[in-house]
Amino acid sequence: MTTAPAIELKGISKAFGPVQANKDISIRVMPGTIHGIIGENGAGKSTLMSILYGFYKADKGEIYISGKKVSIPDSQAAIAAGIGMVFQHFKLVENFTVLENVILGAEDGALLAPSLRKARKDLAALAAEYELNVDPDALIQDIGVGMQQRVEILKALYRQADILILDEPTGVLTPAEADQLFRILHRLKDEGKTIILITHKLREIMEATDTVSVMRRGEMTATVKTSETSPQALAELMVGRKVLLRVDKTPAQPGEKVLEVENLKVVDSKGVVRIKGVSFDVRAGEILGIAGVAGNGQSELLEVLGGMRNGTGTIRVNGQDLDLTGKFSDARSRRKRGIAHVPEDRQREGLIMDFKAWENTAFGYDDDEAYQTGLLMNNAAIREDAEGKIERFDVRPANADLEAKSFSGGNQQKLVLAREIERDPDLLLVGQPTRGVDIGAIEFIHQQIVALRDKGKAILLVSVELEEILSLSDRIAVIFDGQLMGERLPAETHEKELGLMMAGMTGEDT
Amino acid sequence: MDYLTILQILDSALRLATPLLFACLAGLFSERAGIFDIGLEGKMLIAAFFSAATAYSTGSVWLGMLAGVAASLVLSGIHGLASITFRGNQLISGVAINFLASGLTVLIGLSWFKLGGQTPSLQGDARFQGIDLPFAETLSGVPLLGPLYSEVLSGHTFLVYVALLCVPLTWYVLFRTRFGLRLRAVGENPAAVDTAGISVVGLRYAAVAICGVLCGLAGAYLATGLGASFVKEMTAGRGFIALAALIFAKWRPWYALYATFLFGLLEAVSNRYPSLDLGFVTLPSQFMQALPYILTVVILAGFVGKAIPPRAGGEPYVKER
Repeated sequence: MTTAPAIELKGISKAFGPVQANKDISIRVMPGTIHGIIGENGAGKSTLMSILYGFYKADKGEIYISGKKVSIPDSQAAIAAGIGMVFQHFKLVENFTVLENVILGAEDGALLAPSLRKARKDLAALAAEYELNVDPDALIQDIGVGMQQRVEILKALYRQADILILDEPTGVLTPAEADQLFRILHRLKDEGKTIILITHKLREIMEATDTVSVMRRGEMTATVKTSETSPQALAELMVGRKVLLRVDKTPAQPGEKVLEVENLKVVDSKGVVRIKGVSFDVRAGEILGIAGVAGNGQSELLEVLGGMRNGTGTIRVNGQDLDLTGKFSDARSRRKRGIAHVPEDRQREGLIMDFKAWENTAFGYDDDEAYQTGLLMNNAAIREDAEGKIERFDVRPANADLEAKSFSGGNQQKLVLAREIERDPDLLLVGQPTRGVDIGAIEFIHQQIVALRDKGKAILLVSVELEEILSLSDRIAVIFDGQLMGERLPAETHEKELGLMMAGMTGEDT
Repeated sequence: MDYLTILQILDSALRLATPLLFACLAGLFSERAGIFDIGLEGKMLIAAFFSAATAYSTGSVWLGMLAGVAASLVLSGIHGLASITFRGNQLISGVAINFLASGLTVLIGLSWFKLGGQTPSLQGDARFQGIDLPFAETLSGVPLLGPLYSEVLSGHTFLVYVALLCVPLTWYVLFRTRFGLRLRAVGENPAAVDTAGISVVGLRYAAVAICGVLCGLAGAYLATGLGASFVKEMTAGRGFIALAALIFAKWRPWYALYATFLFGLLEAVSNRYPSLDLGFVTLPSQFMQALPYILTVVILAGFVGKAIPPRAGGEPYVKER
């Protein structure tokens, strides 16, 4: 090969205390390509990219940009070397305009006016060149996440980046927005930019990249041409064993209606109407999946059902009305009615991170008779119970005395699931069950949810991962802007149709 | 109430608002950069003491002012060290600074001057003298506006005019310069500043230093402009009133001027009318004196509508992985 790689890393190692985040990593990224880096959470992808962007200094190893050895002690140096980074969580100032965000740190002089004028001109040129249209005077807080991401890309291009690193860029996007992003990336590639795409989604790797590198436990396990590999092969490289990508389940045997929701409305504390009158039901022995882009009312729906928020309308469980605003509208009353809730944000609502695993397995059920001895808690009983749950749900490490925060995302989720599922609820509410969870654990969590369904329980699944909705649900409802856009059967729909519904087209339009 | 009385009250309000305005702008710089500072009070107090002590010893009010600013800067440095470098709790650091200043000024005052914690009274060049603005004399004859100029605006000390000039200056720096853009950004989302390759720590120290200088001026004005000596605890909660004014002003420079002037006005009214006879009821002097503090409580209780503080305020910045 005659051209020098755009980026070449040689023998990069980085340890945080006893944890070896990156072990002797070498990689070559050729100019004008889209190079994917895939791996599970904690595989070391983000650490590697942080080293490249000057957030961390590698313990060992060398970095070459276009054949020249460079050192990148800070972000300033990375920017000077032509590297631009689009973080998973955007680094934008919410109450600044697009223009102000673009020039921040790349101003031409001490006064703002000339910089703003120049940036306005440059931005118009970039927009024309790469089809990246954004209103320069809009406030960040007023534009959607897709637009915000464009601003991040524009920030990098404005700083003359030749190498663009995108960290999990599609996590917050609708499928349509994601497609648009990939079109932009291809356009950038055609203009000679080099793109590194970090993701844990196999589909994106297969669709968008030219080459893919797989990371596992801090090591680079393989670099292959995308055209010469398959999702199954990549999954095995990521996890290190065979994994089931599709959920294995038999057709549902729906029974009686367990949950009936009629004309539910929710207004939040700021007076914004979050749910605008939705009606649906879930039967025993079936999984109803609610698809939608985050922020369209699905969180509020779960919160009302789980007793964390007030609403108006009618909700019946097993034919009896739930109290939506009064004394019995709290989460404990909901649990007494046979509703278990695995909340969307397990670290804030599902667990207390500083408490031990065994303590966490009792929350919400701490008034259980079995957990009391007179006035005191029967800690021995709770602990014994917890140890059983940990074993049955394969929580690793199997140590009930560890604090919740010491477990990985997947094992934290198993703790929450064990607590809720083992109460044998009639209705399980489950939000984002596999967000931030490794592929291996996803498989297990999906199996547990299906097993509960097969026991004849009703399950309401809320997820922003369309793949998860499609493979797990028996029926799919799409939520957009607080309204249900229609219902579909998984066998009779596809991602494209659901994606359109998630963007606000009603079922009839598609 | 005749026109002359109104003018006198306004004149006094402007003088009383000056230390509040300095302190409020000081807090504005600090909080806009994401560093909460309830130590404004302590910084003003220590500046007041050292400016009075130095002015008395050297006979120069200018040296006094510099000493006050320097003392305030030292405390700012401590606050910066605690809350930026060591990522400590900004409220606790601020409280500690208030205690430190309150104790130190009395202790050193007792040992140096042996006047029960006061400094001797300042005379001549050891105090700021009033400056007559040009044409004050000639314009005073013009009806209505003339006296407003010659009585209210003219005749104040140097620092009053500095404080007033600081308002447009602060606005310009914050909203028209690169430094201001970065300063506001670091108070909203330090990660954005960091990834843009700018030092979060450097910016925050700069903001804290500006805060120190302005608090120093506020203290110097208290002891050598408004008063004529340092008196124990002479700030009397002005640092906290300035914080309330800052919230009232929604962290904006022009609003800060209006808010602090309102507080100054209340204080001036209560000075002028120790007890106010409203015809049907006589407000006792205790109530009148408490007015600025009552307004502070009302404002802090949230009766001013929605004030959105800088988003990253109060949180130390830790680089994420």
